[in-house]
Amino acid sequence: MNQQNLATILAIETSCDETSVSVVKNGREVLSNIVSSQIESHKRFGGVVPEIASRHHVEQITFIIEEAMNEANVTKEEIDAIAVTEGPGLVGALLVGVNAAKALAFAWDKPVIGVHHIAGHIYANHIVDELTFPLLTLVVSGGHTELIYMKEHGSFEVIGETRDDAVGEAYDKVARTLGLPYPGGPRMDLLAQQGDPVIDFPRAWLEADSYDFSFSGLKSSVINTLHNAKQRGDEWTNEEIAASFQASVIDVLVTKTMKAAKDKGVNRLLLAGGVAANKGLRQALTEASEKEGLKLTIPPLKLCTDNAAMIGAAGTFLYWSGKYADDRLNGQAGLMLD
Amino acid sequence: MNILAIDTSTYVMGVALLKEGVPVGEIVTHEKKNHSVRLMAGIRSLFNEVDLEPKDLDRIVVSEGPGSYTGVRIGVTTAKTMAWGLGIPVVGVSSMEQLAQNGRHFPGLISPFFDARRGQVFTGLYEDQHGTVRELKENRMAIHTNWIEALKEFSQPILFLSPDMEKHEQLIQDELGELAVIGSPMECLPRPTELALIGMQKPVQGDTHTFSPNYLRLAEAEAKWLEANGKRKENG
Ligand SMILES: [Zn+2]
Repeated sequence: MNQQNLATILAIETSCDETSVSVVKNGREVLSNIVSSQIESHKRFGGVVPEIASRHHVEQITFIIEEAMNEANVTKEEIDAIAVTEGPGLVGALLVGVNAAKALAFAWDKPVIGVHHIAGHIYANHIVDELTFPLLTLVVSGGHTELIYMKEHGSFEVIGETRDDAVGEAYDKVARTLGLPYPGGPRMDLLAQQGDPVIDFPRAWLEADSYDFSFSGLKSSVINTLHNAKQRGDEWTNEEIAASFQASVIDVLVTKTMKAAKDKGVNRLLLAGGVAANKGLRQALTEASEKEGLKLTIPPLKLCTDNAAMIGAAGTFLYWSGKYADDRLNGQAGLMLD
Repeated sequence: MNILAIDTSTYVMGVALLKEGVPVGEIVTHEKKNHSVRLMAGIRSLFNEVDLEPKDLDRIVVSEGPGSYTGVRIGVTTAKTMAWGLGIPVVGVSSMEQLAQNGRHFPGLISPFFDARRGQVFTGLYEDQHGTVRELKENRMAIHTNWIEALKEFSQPILFLSPDMEKHEQLIQDELGELAVIGSPMECLPRPTELALIGMQKPVQGDTHTFSPNYLRLAEAEAKWLEANGKRKENG
């Protein structure tokens, strides 16, 4: 790996309902990071509709590329490679980004680099504060809940993951039960700030030596509690339910993360993924890290949610190590991180 | 004019190049394989074969649909992004017009179609005019029996062209009898060079950014939502 070489990467991310393009210099300097969210289009369906997401990506893609190039104030000659999310995600959505990246790479005679979406989320932290190893990342999003150990750049070991729902998914489902509009996660977090965790919801610890997670039992417990309360005629406020649910989620996430950090002997901790925007989680993890003397990095909100700058940051290291993709690069819904 | 043409609107993958307006090569495969994996490799190898470079291009022509949503998107995304990257125009051509062109010497009506499941087809109606087909009825999605019923009124021989002929041939024969002419297997496959030649003649419309597929159909969720909310779909 020759990190002395300067690298300017154009990065594209279209794995879900955000069309995003960024120009990143040397893996850390974000020259532009344009994010076009489709959330308004999907709201009325109560969730992301894959076909509609794909259609929006096609309509947006060159607009966003041009905007990212203009804002970064770079010419195509200054771009060294095109990086793109190859998975995981919605396959139809991924295909737009992947084929746009390959077309641009061909037109401009540049290498194309396929980036794992979760690697991108992890590398959002590198933009904030250079990664040091070994480190542990807690990835939390609508599709993922994972503990990932890294001994060096480009090396990812998934040591724990959810066995059922992802954290963000559990948030959205409980939010729907409470009748909150989509997307429910951020609203739940807001409500939780305003209520007390008066209900003792279960915590799924699983086996003593496991770093895995499970949230489906908690979700069912919330739904049952709501149902029974209604029958008995007592009412919990939405604030109390949200606070109690969030307390259970955060307790498990933070406790398992701290245990894994200790067992693995790391002193660097990262929080990544869309749910990293959750105030309650940020606060609890910050407190626990301070107590244990761990250095914790949490990206600012705009780097937590899906964005292309993080793909550019991760892609830069692949560029430096010569890990280029070829013309057969494809979108892969279930791509593994390794 | 140097032109690249791309068609991935059905399982047929087509790439063609024109040099100074003259066809110099095409790659066509009829296998049901992944366009996303094969399209760029096909484009690159064709450029190598005919000794052209992307920067030599003057325009890119693409089959804009109707057809497979994902397939059309792969072609359109590739075409518009490459066109934007090269600073040249992208021109969309109806996949139906491209296919109809295979029957341009037929002295009657030409009805190209793709299967659209549940008895439906994407289709249109054309006739020859000095070697270039002219649209008589605009592209649409229709129940195939209804479409054929409407064609009876022309009382003319009709040439049917489709890569999905096997599934529909019986129905066409049964309904139209002697008026029906079934295209040969080669005539039934969309050709990228025809696409390039049609696209060369077309004026450039709109800009690259807003160029998008012609799906002819709303996304299913959208259609259901409109139905549930009592609104009529505006165009189709
Ligand atoms: Zn994500």
